[in-house]
Amino acid sequence: MSEMLNDPMMGTGPQYELTASSEHSPEGTERMEVSMGPHHPSTHGVFRMDVELDGETITKLKPVFGYLHRNHEKIAEGTSYLGSMPYTDRLDYFNSMTNNWAYALSVETLAGIEVPERAEYMRVITAELSRLQNHVCLIGFLVQDMGALGTPLMYAFRERERILDLFESLSGARMMCNYMRFGGCRCDFPQGWIEQAHQVVEAFPKFLDEFEALLSENEVLMSRSQEVGVLPKDLAIDAGVTGPILRASGVNYDIRKVDGYGIYDRFDFRVPLGDHGDTYDRYMMRILEMRESVKILRQALRDIPEGDFVHPKAKSRGLRPPAGEAYGRIEAPKGELGFYLISDKSPQPYRFRVRPPSLINLTILEDMCLGHTIADSVIILGSVDIVLGEVDR
Amino acid sequence: MEHRLPASPHMENMSVNIPEIQSVADAINDAIAGAGVLVIENENPSGQHSLLFQNEHAVACARWLKQESPWKLDYLSNVTGIDWTEDALKVKFGKDAEPEETRGFLESVYHLYSMEAPIGPLVFRTRTGNRSDDVSLPSMTPVWRSAELQEREIFDLYGIHFKGHPDLRRLMMWDSFEGHPMRKDYVEPDDYEYEPTPHADVLKKSAAHQNPPAKGGDQ
Repeated sequence: MSEMLNDPMMGTGPQYELTASSEHSPEGTERMEVSMGPHHPSTHGVFRMDVELDGETITKLKPVFGYLHRNHEKIAEGTSYLGSMPYTDRLDYFNSMTNNWAYALSVETLAGIEVPERAEYMRVITAELSRLQNHVCLIGFLVQDMGALGTPLMYAFRERERILDLFESLSGARMMCNYMRFGGCRCDFPQGWIEQAHQVVEAFPKFLDEFEALLSENEVLMSRSQEVGVLPKDLAIDAGVTGPILRASGVNYDIRKVDGYGIYDRFDFRVPLGDHGDTYDRYMMRILEMRESVKILRQALRDIPEGDFVHPKAKSRGLRPPAGEAYGRIEAPKGELGFYLISDKSPQPYRFRVRPPSLINLTILEDMCLGHTIADSVIILGSVDIVLGEVDR
Repeated sequence: MEHRLPASPHMENMSVNIPEIQSVADAINDAIAGAGVLVIENENPSGQHSLLFQNEHAVACARWLKQESPWKLDYLSNVTGIDWTEDALKVKFGKDAEPEETRGFLESVYHLYSMEAPIGPLVFRTRTGNRSDDVSLPSMTPVWRSAELQEREIFDLYGIHFKGHPDLRRLMMWDSFEGHPMRKDYVEPDDYEYEPTPHADVLKKSAAHQNPPAKGGDQ
């Protein structure tokens, strides 16, 4: 390298001394430190990984957080309970419906508010639609990280558009829906909405078959993802990993089944489980979960009763819950999303805490990546499914 | 290369069955000599009562809950910091509270569940001596790894020092940041992005900005 620097042909511009910042490995090769991100397309936002490489193999990986930190919790402690509702949309901005639900559920637990039956159905329908579009886009991004530029992601976005159109006609916004209220939802389904939703749901399995025919047995996808980033069962439980990643490692834990919050105990659906815990299982988990979500949606759209969409006695403005604390949680598409609230009888929460699944699922990122190549780390991160709005809050 | 996944058999719907909080406290006190676990009642409709662990026995109690207790609480879901200021405690305990009760402190709260049985949340908390110099608490990361990032966040935003944490650094704020933004008495700087510049006019203006003249004085 120094010969090159002294070469007169290299010009007289500024000359940089190249130094290796880490010690030599026993084989005599130098380790290289690479800072991936925060502005790297494969990090899904402003996320950085400090990676140490031996050749192409990862020997150390430290995630660096905080580039999107705006202290959501502090802002929420300075505003009313209702005032935080639109702000929860911005946590995991792919799934504002489930964020709203988790927050509404926590406030309802804290204040003892009841939810009418129709509103519970409306929540299930919007949340499962949200899960469909989250999972389908995640797969699109994941295969894009593997090099399938364009096509699968565009197919995924085409389907997502249909669901976002439904959200738009329902709430006025495509992504920041701000749809749920304490004790129900903000407005009733517009006329004809259920029929439209029915069409979208009925068309979805056909699309899934097509999507799977394109991807599931694709040679590149299989060889890039099978046995890559294996997450053992015990480690997953110990590290508090939740959602499809946990179930890909074979742990039967779905809060829709465990807590049966809302009215999930009325629906007939199964919890898919993986048995390898690798990236391919995590991919397949999303496909199978979408098929189960379609099942739930069919039942919910069939059974939804007439009635109130919000409890007539529920109070949203100027809400002063009884003093005390409550923790409420739901199965968001990315894992367990929980809100922990403390009330001191004032209109603002004394403590407002978000339990972000995306952040806690990153605890084991290093363990999954060690020994794999740097190109694999991109796929492993993609299969974790993070949204930086929620990681950094 | 067939690699399809088996779907689970239909899991029976389970109801959340929280063990009686006093019986949990008694069980810990029986199992660990001198644990001194207290029950903190929660009068809220949620009914989520909690346990208060003594700092010196907290890790042993937590390990017992995870490994030996009949509930096998192997899943630590949520870890939270709370800043209890003197004013807040005066509101909570009323005007004629003992001065001992209204001495401010920082608190760390843990929510436990079990992967095997539908139990939870079991809530336990640990408390610091005060809000200024006695702010150490035992870390739960050696027991449940899911506390790792969450305790780092509490260290960052509340300034609780977790003893025994393997990698206690700031998580959200940058390393040179001073103060703990989630504390109730944290005062924001007027300009986060203040940087001195060699330009004389700007320097003068920024000096006035950083040290505003006292109110009522000569402007």
